[in-house]
Amino acid sequence: MILPLKVEKRLSPSRLASFLVPFISLLLALIFGGIILLSAGANPLTTYKAMLLGAFGSKYSLSETMVKAIPLMLCGLGVSIAFRMLFWNIGAEGQLAVGGIAAAGVALFGAERLPDDLVLPVMFVAGFAAGALWGLVPALLKAFIRVNEIIVTLMMNYIAILWVEYLFYGPWKDPAGYGFPGTAQFPEAAWLPRLEGTRVHLGLAFALAAAVFIWLVLGRTKWGYEIRVIGENPRAATYAGISLVRNILLVMILSGGLAGLAGMAEVSGIAHRLQKGLTVGYGYTAIIVAWLGKLNPWGVLLVALLLAGLLVGGDQIQITMQLPAAVALILQGAILFFMLGGELFTRYRLRWERRPVEKALKPSLVEGKGSGS
Amino acid sequence: MNLIISILTLLFTPSTLAVTIRGGTSLLYATLGEIFTERSGILNLGVEGMMIMGAVTGFAAAFKTGNVWAGVITGMIVGGLLALIHAFLTITLRASQTVSGLALTLFGSGLASFLGQRLGPGGTPLVGRIGPKFGKLPVPGLSSIPFLGQAFFQQDILVYAVYLLVPLAWYFLYKTRPGLHLRAVGENPQTADAMGVNVAGIRYLYTIVGGMLVGLGGAHLSLAYTPGWTEGMTAGRGWIAIALVIFATWDPGRAVVGAILFGAINAIQLRLQAQGTTIPAAFLNMMPYAFTILVLVVITWWEAFSRRVGAPAALGLPYVREEKG
Repeated sequence: MILPLKVEKRLSPSRLASFLVPFISLLLALIFGGIILLSAGANPLTTYKAMLLGAFGSKYSLSETMVKAIPLMLCGLGVSIAFRMLFWNIGAEGQLAVGGIAAAGVALFGAERLPDDLVLPVMFVAGFAAGALWGLVPALLKAFIRVNEIIVTLMMNYIAILWVEYLFYGPWKDPAGYGFPGTAQFPEAAWLPRLEGTRVHLGLAFALAAAVFIWLVLGRTKWGYEIRVIGENPRAATYAGISLVRNILLVMILSGGLAGLAGMAEVSGIAHRLQKGLTVGYGYTAIIVAWLGKLNPWGVLLVALLLAGLLVGGDQIQITMQLPAAVALILQGAILFFMLGGELFTRYRLRWERRPVEKALKPSLVEGKGSGS
Repeated sequence: MNLIISILTLLFTPSTLAVTIRGGTSLLYATLGEIFTERSGILNLGVEGMMIMGAVTGFAAAFKTGNVWAGVITGMIVGGLLALIHAFLTITLRASQTVSGLALTLFGSGLASFLGQRLGPGGTPLVGRIGPKFGKLPVPGLSSIPFLGQAFFQQDILVYAVYLLVPLAWYFLYKTRPGLHLRAVGENPQTADAMGVNVAGIRYLYTIVGGMLVGLGGAHLSLAYTPGWTEGMTAGRGWIAIALVIFATWDPGRAVVGAILFGAINAIQLRLQAQGTTIPAAFLNMMPYAFTILVLVVITWWEAFSRRVGAPAALGLPYVREEKG
């Protein structure tokens, strides 16, 4: 079938389209999710309403949304800075896990030997450093022998998650825990302060500070300029004398470190121990956060909050409507699909052809039109 | 040293070899599928998502109909449909192949989890249900060969199918005209286009074919290797398959070596666990992932050293005809 459609490249990305595409994508994803819900015998409208109220409807639900937004913000910021220079760090989940391990290690075995005021700072540094080290492994392999970072970061997620489980089922298990899989509770000096009456903890400040830091780095420093050049054209960057190796390593220290901080904040701000539920997929959702936030730190913060709401809403419908919380994951994936598809309209213009296509004279630019066959 | 010797003696028993082959089979289907897709120039990182969807829908269909083949066909169709989304986004809408593939994995994992909790009778979870499965089907004559018979010819029918698929895929790729077109599209789409080959059409076709094979690999997991559905049952096999494509240098024959290697790791891990070793289970479970990284490092190093051309030259690059004024 030949459509009289013509795809033309725009000279500059359309502002209107960049603005509209996210909203239309969200709408289409909700419609798509609605079809899945309908086929599962659930009313999409009541489900969405329950999700919305569950995520933003009360002070309690809002604070729970914020609680989930914190690790998404930190991991999303970390992932976005790596994506900026086309280093595909899919390993935030594992970097978060080892950050949690390091922080828990400090809290469990170092807290007694440290002055109380130093416990949290040491946990902070340990969490960041562990995540950074975990991120440095794929960075070194990529920088020096060009090993595919997507697979290495991903495999390291599985290893880190198994390691966490080994620790809280095995050597770090609480001896007084009646077989409960988890470490002993941390001493109070290792708890991140919380906002009065909620579970929102100081990790929120880490995330905001990280966003400001990344915004400054990208916009105001030579390092940020180098990252942006590499992201746009790695070859041109090397010709301009920018070191790929140094930038890959530095960016992955920051990227992994931020995810490690997310892990530190989770164990120290929420659970107060290392236990099941540290790795629930924040590192993967962070990929969506980074992309939907257009790799912009402020965009990442905003999208992290929205997707956190989606996750909390998903948990809510699991409790109240016996629907799987995975609805939230489906919607996340669908939003990303529609956004990806919609980006075409910011870069290209679609035009209906009035006259019959003059095939012989002008080879059509529409590559996709005959491709359904 | 003792450990290495005991691992080797463990490995060369017919029953461990049999487990090796069986465990390598689903991996091999997925690897072959991704080889076809990548040969056309499309990188599909959605393997894990398509595979787990193949596993859950394959098992659900077999459970509902009582027929394993209905499961296999369903798994293949679902894998193909998911791959179609990727094809549409990356070929027609020119979206980033990396991000679209990641989206497919995240979407597929979420959807599989959802379906796994709803597709049992009356909307109940599928977990723990016992459904039909592929039984062992000894090949008359061959299966009674000492040692080798038990390892290779007392398997389920999907294992035998993959024995046939590998040489067929190899022959197709290197010795037939459509195979030549496929390789041309992945290596040099401009030239292929000038020769009159429909670049977009071929990319669509092999992305879908690849997805169907990946879905079949998933169905083999839930219908033969470890019958039944458990959440997250692919456990990264889709990603290992992508690594195996690189290991195999996009060649179906070499993919066999990789699949056997990983099947063996799996079998050793299971045997050591069954024997009650002192190594904690978590570390045994890490083996396939650590080994994937190791294999990838070695192969990348070696490739750079020998300057061998591996990947299809146009892999991951969208193809748009020259825009003329």
